[in-house]
Amino acid sequence: MNVRTKHIPQHMLYVNGVTVSFDGFKALNNLSFVVAPGELRAIIGPNGAGKTTMMDVITGKVKPNQGDVFFRDTIDLTQHDEADIANLGIGRKFQKPTVIESLSIFENLELALVGNRGVFKSLFHTLSATQLARINEIIALVGLSERRNELAGALSHGQKQWLEIGMLLIQDPDLLLVDEPAAGMTDHETAMTAKLLREIAGERSVVVVEHDMEFIKALDCPVTVLHEGRVLAEGTLDQVQNNEQVIEVYLGR
Amino acid sequence: MIRYFLNIVFMLAFALSGVQFAQADDDAFGQLVEQLGGSNLRNKVQVIEQIAALEDERALPVLEALMNNALYQRKSDNQFVFAADEDKQLRLTSVVSGEDLGLASSRDVRKVITNNSLRSQTRTLVAVTRLHSKKNEVKLAAVSELLKSPDASFLAPLDAAIAEEKNPSVLKALQVARGAILLGNESEVERLKAVKAMDGYNSKQVLTLLQAQLDVESSELVRKEINDVLGGLKRAETGYKFVEDLFFGLSLGSVLLLAAVGLAITFGVMGVINMAHGEMIMLGAYTTYVVQLLMPNHIEASLIVAVPAAFLVAGLMGVIIERGVIRFLYGRPLETLLATFGISLILQQLVRSVFSPLNRSVITPQWMSGSWEINGFLSLTYNRMYIVLFALAVLFGLMLLLKKSYFGLQMRAVTQNRAMASSMGIRTGWVDAMTFGLGSGIAGIAGVALSQLTNVGPNLGQSYIIDSFMVVVFGGVGNLWGTFVAAMGLGVANKFIEPLSGAVLAKILILVFIIMFIQRRPRGLFALKGRFVEG
Amino acid sequence: MPANSRLAWLLNDVAGKRLLAVVLAITVLVPILNLAVPADSFFHVPTYWVSLLGKYLCFALLALAVDLIWGYCGILSLGHGAFFALGGYAMGMYLMRQIGDRGVYGNPLLPDFMVFLNWQELPWYWYGFDNFAFAMLMVLLVPGILAFVFGWLTFRSRVTGVYLSIITQAMTYALMLAFFQNDMGFGGNNGLTDFKDILGFNLHADNTKVALYVLSGVALMIGYLLCRFVVSSKLGRVLVSIRDAESRTRFVGYRVEHYKLFVFVLSAMLAGVAGALYVPQVGIINPGEFSPINSIEIIIWVAVGGRGLLYGAVIGAILVNYGKTYFTGAFPEVWLFMLGGLFVVSTLFLPQGVVGVVQQWKQKRAERKAFKQVTPSASPQAKPDSSTAAVETAS
Repeated sequence: MNVRTKHIPQHMLYVNGVTVSFDGFKALNNLSFVVAPGELRAIIGPNGAGKTTMMDVITGKVKPNQGDVFFRDTIDLTQHDEADIANLGIGRKFQKPTVIESLSIFENLELALVGNRGVFKSLFHTLSATQLARINEIIALVGLSERRNELAGALSHGQKQWLEIGMLLIQDPDLLLVDEPAAGMTDHETAMTAKLLREIAGERSVVVVEHDMEFIKALDCPVTVLHEGRVLAEGTLDQVQNNEQVIEVYLGR
Repeated sequence: MIRYFLNIVFMLAFALSGVQFAQADDDAFGQLVEQLGGSNLRNKVQVIEQIAALEDERALPVLEALMNNALYQRKSDNQFVFAADEDKQLRLTSVVSGEDLGLASSRDVRKVITNNSLRSQTRTLVAVTRLHSKKNEVKLAAVSELLKSPDASFLAPLDAAIAEEKNPSVLKALQVARGAILLGNESEVERLKAVKAMDGYNSKQVLTLLQAQLDVESSELVRKEINDVLGGLKRAETGYKFVEDLFFGLSLGSVLLLAAVGLAITFGVMGVINMAHGEMIMLGAYTTYVVQLLMPNHIEASLIVAVPAAFLVAGLMGVIIERGVIRFLYGRPLETLLATFGISLILQQLVRSVFSPLNRSVITPQWMSGSWEINGFLSLTYNRMYIVLFALAVLFGLMLLLKKSYFGLQMRAVTQNRAMASSMGIRTGWVDAMTFGLGSGIAGIAGVALSQLTNVGPNLGQSYIIDSFMVVVFGGVGNLWGTFVAAMGLGVANKFIEPLSGAVLAKILILVFIIMFIQRRPRGLFALKGRFVEG
Repeated sequence: MPANSRLAWLLNDVAGKRLLAVVLAITVLVPILNLAVPADSFFHVPTYWVSLLGKYLCFALLALAVDLIWGYCGILSLGHGAFFALGGYAMGMYLMRQIGDRGVYGNPLLPDFMVFLNWQELPWYWYGFDNFAFAMLMVLLVPGILAFVFGWLTFRSRVTGVYLSIITQAMTYALMLAFFQNDMGFGGNNGLTDFKDILGFNLHADNTKVALYVLSGVALMIGYLLCRFVVSSKLGRVLVSIRDAESRTRFVGYRVEHYKLFVFVLSAMLAGVAGALYVPQVGIINPGEFSPINSIEIIIWVAVGGRGLLYGAVIGAILVNYGKTYFTGAFPEVWLFMLGGLFVVSTLFLPQGVVGVVQQWKQKRAERKAFKQVTPSASPQAKPDSSTAAVETAS
């Protein structure tokens, strides 16, 4: 599906020694980790571990005080803003599902569809047949075909999550950052989501932040544990769950 | 000239014996005053000299009145009176007994006849009498008079006064006055001494005198000395001008602070955009007006009554607005802006309908008028001083309330986590209403202060609303210290830009500056940082 | 789904077509009823009414400009009165230069107020305004450039919501103070007035007034079509998404500040055109037009009509201004109470304006009539709670 012809990079995402402090409070403290091309990675950690701030740094919302963030080996993300980064091929799903509630599902996807984001281009924009087909394909993928012309605001919480994942996919990103996709979903929906994310990975790199251990188990992928703004442990879910330090952090001392 | 001199010698001789004279006959003053009537001006000259020699406390006011051509006789009983304007009538005071004789029409009195020569002699006598007064202020006032028109005839009485003066600052002033007279002396040495005597005396009159002398001075030595002294005085003047500007700026800042601090509560703490905030200030000002109407005989105390009254009126209005309109609009700031703007229009029209569209005059009590003369270059007006103090008191009172009281605790709890506060049993609706009432009430108090500085009219509030928002946003929303620094900073900046660019342009420049500033730092001077702020 | 045709944006806009038909009708009929019908006839429209209606049409265009940025992009500008006034001043400057030596002082070059202030030469910024084409260009450029500079600084720094509203208001206020200054060279307090003619036509002649009226009607129609085209394009949907979820739009890859800037400048230019058409019809422009209350009144026209619909803004502007004309004439004391009440009532009870009320009523009636049939009448704008969504809170 990836129409862009790019060489395959060594690291899709390379985060090294990133520190972010807000008025003395270090939200991220010398954080380092890498994501390989096609990798699916889960990130867990207690509240305030710095998961959202990490996403903010990667997507350009927050500039780090120190450290490097590179995308596809060569692109320094700290030098770009949100829109740039999105167009470079990094998609982000928020913790709280944010779709454009007063546009239809179709229009939401049309908006996210990869293409020129210029002001005048959008003023005279018309959909080509292939673009239309692509939108229909994604609508089917996220299971909203029957409601395509309804307003996104009318969707249930879980459906909004799916629409947002659809918007992410249609951007055709190389790296997806997904913040708590299973929140507010039924068990069945959760399982479906895990399956979808596993399918997506391979073609693209996916980083999932989640609290739900069942969901992480279903993802069946390497896990990184964040604590107080840095990496506490890395490994499979089993390894991590048996790590002394992780147990201490999660259960308290 | 000789005649003047003789007069003074005569008068001085008289002064020495005056004490016994006054004791011998208690009513000598009264008898002498009686002789001021009629049209025999030559006789009057002698009479005033005798009055001046009496060392009677009542002498100075009579001479001053005569000098200003404001001494009257009541037609009905030929009694001599002072007359002061009051409500298009004259309030008469007996010259001799000091008794209040009530109001009278201008037709009931007749002016005591004087002429130019009599008045100029009176002026001399007044100056000399003042120099011998027991009060330091009176002596200093006499020096100030002398500096306006230094005349050799005053030399002798000045010397006499200098000889017996004990107070160093008065002595300095007397010597400056003596110097001013001797500046025209033929002797170079005397002129040099005169200039030296003036060194370091901060007075605009001295500055003018020396400047004038510099144009006609022939001696190089004296010129140099004058330049030295002038240089020192000008440096002092610049320094004091700076202090005065700073004070003016701070008082302007205090006005801004008063206007903005209520907004810092409603906008800064609650996040409510209250466009009717200016009208709360206006209500406070009108409350002051009404309070003065209700207690016309106690104007001095009216402001003290008006402060709580204005707080209650504006605060109550605030509670009504919050319960009636704003509470339905929480989380919709733009709608709140529009609705409260509508309320501001209604309140303006209400005031127009009730009180008329014209400005109402609020009386300034005696204790707020006048100024504190620190020296010839620096005087601070009392009303501005009180406003600075008042603004600070309001700010610190508010801080104390927020930080220390139980209500403040509830308020902070509700603004930080409404759901949690509510589940802990805090009546959030009540806290909202009270907080909004508090912010509005403080705006009302600001109105009392503003009524002393500007016209009280229906548009009073409008002129402050934009400034207030600027102050709050500039200082950083939700931060009272920020509001304080922003208000004072803007006040002082405004005052210092004003002479360079004119008042209106200064205001425009400040506005443009703030607009640019907000664009660079949208969250103000003292913004909180972090991911929770934007949420 | 709209048919994928080049004109779908127009053909699918049923309410807009109705509105255009009404505007077209009054644009054609009123001049006929004024010029061709004898003055004593029942159907005669007095010239006074023509100018008044022309004024309403200018206000409607102004309201359209505000709805474009407020209704669709969520930017509550309290500075549109300023753009309107700037357009008006540009036109006023042209009209001043047309007076030539017919002024009180008979100076062929300097307007009367400059002679009165003892100015010796024309300030540089008055050059070129004797040329109609240049002046018309300035009608667009002056508000446009101000909006561009102001918007560029503001949107780039991500000033949003009420902060933006307040600084646009401060901008207007600063401009008002500046234009009140005599040495600004725009006539100070009195502004620009005593115009004589436009392009050689006497401004006081009935024919000229009617022509200006027709032009206002045409401008409103073109303005409406332009706005409708913009909001129906993909750009329009980007604007809506900026309004509803600004961060989301950014993370999808749209450069939000560029979109805001585009629509802000476009809107400011429309406001400038409205001002330029307004000035020759009322015969004066003064700094009072900059006063913050004027800008905020425009917002209420849009709110009363129903925002985010375009035609709602037109309806609101005409309704409120007719009310203003009527009440300031009949009960001047009451007008401000009514206007103030309108602000409160429309925000509390009419989030969708009168258009929303009519739509709701229609929908209810339709539901009652067609019991079994389900009518899909929900247009994107008719959604009941989209008003709250206009406020950008997510970040």
